[in-house]
Amino acid sequence: MTTRSTSRAFTLLLRRDLTLAYRQRSEMINPLLFFVLVTALFPLGIGADPALLRSVGPGIIWVAALLAAMLSLDSVFRSDFDDGSLEQYLLSAHPLSVLVLAKTIAHWLITGLPLLIVAPLLGVLLDLSGAAIWTLILTLALGTPVLSMVGAIGVALTVGLRRSGMILSLLVLPLYVPVLIFAANAVETASAGLPITAHLSLLTALLALACSLSPLATAAALKISLS
Amino acid sequence: MNLEAHDLMCIRDDRTLFENLSFRVTPGEVLLLEGRNGSGKTSLLRILCGIRLPEAGNITWDGEDIFELGPDYHAYTAYVGHRDGVKLDLTATENLTMAKGLGDPNNDMTIDEALDRVDLSGFEDSLARNFSAGQQRRLSLARLLVTRARLWILDEPFTSLDTHGISVVESLFSHHLANGGMLAMTSHHAVNLDTAAVHRINLSA
Repeated sequence: MTTRSTSRAFTLLLRRDLTLAYRQRSEMINPLLFFVLVTALFPLGIGADPALLRSVGPGIIWVAALLAAMLSLDSVFRSDFDDGSLEQYLLSAHPLSVLVLAKTIAHWLITGLPLLIVAPLLGVLLDLSGAAIWTLILTLALGTPVLSMVGAIGVALTVGLRRSGMILSLLVLPLYVPVLIFAANAVETASAGLPITAHLSLLTALLALACSLSPLATAAALKISLS
Repeated sequence: MNLEAHDLMCIRDDRTLFENLSFRVTPGEVLLLEGRNGSGKTSLLRILCGIRLPEAGNITWDGEDIFELGPDYHAYTAYVGHRDGVKLDLTATENLTMAKGLGDPNNDMTIDEALDRVDLSGFEDSLARNFSAGQQRRLSLARLLVTRARLWILDEPFTSLDTHGISVVESLFSHHLANGGMLAMTSHHAVNLDTAAVHRINLSA
């Protein structure tokens, strides 16, 4: 199979998933709404002291982003599994890992990118400084793709199970923890006015690792789930 | 171009569904699987697709193991199973564009032609959600036409088709076989394929 037709399959699948997401907009709104609501509820729950909010803000936003990402994970392969499209990917003339990468990127564009866009507003809500908000956007841009990539492996392993929610969380959460630690810490460090190069380097390394290994692992897991 | 199975064995839930199963399919031939419900017809088709591994034995395409060929084997096959693989929120054309992209694109048949062949012309831009069950089935069968697949693997292709639909699909099969295609299928309906050499395998026997 030529590389050209494989890259065409990649773009077709990416565009198709975005079209589908556009036609099922309500599903796309769900995780975003969750992210905004959880973050907005915290000041009501713990009191509106600006100093307090400033110190816990980065952690709250990142925990909410992480849970929102988990909430949307199941949709990566669920509908494809139910309607038989997944079998068609497996039986396509192109490497499954390439198609899986397209699906994961589409999933991030649909569920991860909106988080990035509303995050500055939530930063203002929690009284984060300008530098902290910039760092927040940067860490979300580096971190949420990792969440999608790692999550895709977990979903691929559990998509054949009927009630996969619990086991999916147990599988995926431990792998999310490093992203949470480095990202939330980077935002705190930035609000203290200290350099964050180390955090960003580590997050970038995680992203590079996830991008290169996750499609292969996800493809292998899907083959197991379908057999 | 040929498909050969050697001494296949399939075990499901500790029951041996079949063993020592060998057969050969060459261009223009049909492999028709028969047997009771649960006798392993779908499992055998999934093994032929390369989705499922047989417990023993192997399958070769032109003498090479299909699990080693991977995508190079899948370029020659098309599968329509119980689940249609049709996206309800996409139009007929969008569904087939994706199917064409997933397969080997060296195929001259346009999507409009394929829709015409399954008697769905005029429905190009309708969402698959609004199709009847039979129309959705015909749309998923149109997928067979838009790639260069030589071996069609079909699990109960006549499900939810009416008499007219069945004759439309049978003429697709005859045309495919006359052009040197191969067919591996299960069916509860009697299949009318006048010219073709049909191998019947009864898995209940």
